[in-house]
Amino acid sequence: MKDINLDAFSFSGMNRGEIPDLNSLDAADKTEMLMSGVDVSGKGRSGTYLQIDHGKVHCRASQPGVEILDIKEALAKYDGLPGYFWTQVDRDKDEYTRAAAENLHGGYFIRTEKGARIADPVQSCLFLKSDMVGQNVHNVVIVEEDSELHIITGCSVAHGSKGAAHLGISEFFVKKNAKLTFTMIHNWAETTVVRPRTGGIVEEGGVFLNNYVLLKPVHDLQSYPAITLAGRGAVARFNSVIVAPKGSKVDSGSKILLNAPDTRGEIISRTIASGGTIIARGYIGGHSVPARGHLECKGLILGGGVIHAIPELLGARDGVELSHEAAVGKIAQEEIEYLMARGMDEEEATSTIVRGFLNVDIMGLPAELKEVIDRTIQETEKDMF
Amino acid sequence: MLIIEDLHVTIGEREVLKGINLEIADNETFILFGPNGSGKTTLLMTLMGFGNYEITKGRILFREKDITHAAIYDRARLGIGMSFQRPPTIHGLKTRHLVSMCGQGREVPVEELAKRVNMETFLDRDINSGFSGGEIKRSELLQLMAQQPHLLLFDEPESGVDLENMKLIGNTVRELLTGAASPQPDKSMKELKELKARRRTSGLIITHTGYILEYINADRGQVLYDGHLCCEANPRDILDHISKYGYQECVRCLK
Repeated sequence: MKDINLDAFSFSGMNRGEIPDLNSLDAADKTEMLMSGVDVSGKGRSGTYLQIDHGKVHCRASQPGVEILDIKEALAKYDGLPGYFWTQVDRDKDEYTRAAAENLHGGYFIRTEKGARIADPVQSCLFLKSDMVGQNVHNVVIVEEDSELHIITGCSVAHGSKGAAHLGISEFFVKKNAKLTFTMIHNWAETTVVRPRTGGIVEEGGVFLNNYVLLKPVHDLQSYPAITLAGRGAVARFNSVIVAPKGSKVDSGSKILLNAPDTRGEIISRTIASGGTIIARGYIGGHSVPARGHLECKGLILGGGVIHAIPELLGARDGVELSHEAAVGKIAQEEIEYLMARGMDEEEATSTIVRGFLNVDIMGLPAELKEVIDRTIQETEKDMF
Repeated sequence: MLIIEDLHVTIGEREVLKGINLEIADNETFILFGPNGSGKTTLLMTLMGFGNYEITKGRILFREKDITHAAIYDRARLGIGMSFQRPPTIHGLKTRHLVSMCGQGREVPVEELAKRVNMETFLDRDINSGFSGGEIKRSELLQLMAQQPHLLLFDEPESGVDLENMKLIGNTVRELLTGAASPQPDKSMKELKELKARRRTSGLIITHTGYILEYINADRGQVLYDGHLCCEANPRDILDHISKYGYQECVRCLK
């Protein structure tokens, strides 16, 4: 699918070198990073990885039990990461994967030690600063047996960017009885094009929780992470909150393959089109039993736009249990009137319902990040009604 | 408190209320009886101002103000409070948050109020999500306690409620209606009477079973039959009559 002209973007020569102290960054850049969950002070984080345009500028682990490297260093240190690198995403999938394979700029390698429970999240930010920059990253996350990790990754673009392209490969490995919470907050601009390609595998007893938040405009984004539950009792859950204002085109979904007994998969997405276009996909494949999957995609159209919900279930074995619930529409008048009967005017009532709809409580985020998200939702809301 | 004059209401094409005249005085509790489909809920929904209920004739005065065409929230702010039969679930809206917003700017002691209706453990749940019949009633009461309305509209407080909950709900409705005028050890009857006179709270309650009458002082009652009000009497007498003879009397009376 030749939908973006990659020739329009510059894929070389924008390296900035190391920035030891992230406080020295522009105030404007810091603000953009903060809005995608990345706090340059590193407070309450077990490590930070920051890449600007074509290279790593900062990479540090501040708590024991977790290793954070630039992907190039990791490839050198671990002989090309056999068994990991390009095993969950097909290098020849499309022109974006090929671009990332041919001209790798960076990306993070994060690995826990066996049994390590990392209390504070690791944060990462892949930042697009220069105009018309094209960025190829490749991330690898390995959560070793019995360990636990939360990664908050913010992808962001400089304020006033005239255009940028982000192509990102991510591969996740959740080992036996390990748990990974992966929270991704996208904070792009009207001019950014985004093509992540993501895959992962969860072994016996492992848990993969994926949170995705996109509240700001983006020109064109396509994302469809696929997770394979390969071991008995593995669990995957995707929660997404997506807003597409005018000018945004978002094609976003998640895929879970239940390939082992006693696995469970859940995909929950809440989308609001406020002028833009959203394709909300979801796919759960049941290839082993007993296995359960549930898919819920709810969309509201507030002030124009299109939502195309495509929930898919594939059951390939007797006894598999898959269900889905999809709804696209408006705020129920009944809900608005209920709140008005408590004294709220129509706008307050609508806003209260929208905030509930976009609620991210379920994601279990650090308090200050939740505050940032709540603030962003409040700003976003202004364009909805 | 409330004056309804020759009120005609249609839902879609159908006229449901056909000329209602009703006056509820300050501190009075009025009980509305009537068979299913007679228009009782329509009357409550119209008083609250809901969209699907079109007033074709007549007017509604609330505390000397004409609210016939006022917005729902204006009525709420003026002091009409309604307990919903089947309130909608609002995902992501915590009960705690809604209760505090019911104060309309006033500080609401949410925890304390919740304790009184056994709702503490529900405060951090999404409003009405998976609530049982009794839990919905308690949640509605909790919101009304925060709202402190002058006129309380209650549609079948006993429906879907078990006996134990009925007592709690009945007592809470009485407190809402009498406010600080419930018996208290440190206040004499006279003081309570004065308090009550100042508070001015009235009620309009729909009941089928009459269980609620065991908990509140209902002053007057009437039967709504096929969109007409009839048979004004003491609520207990009406209830006795209906339980013996059904609503046939109304048919005869309205002919």
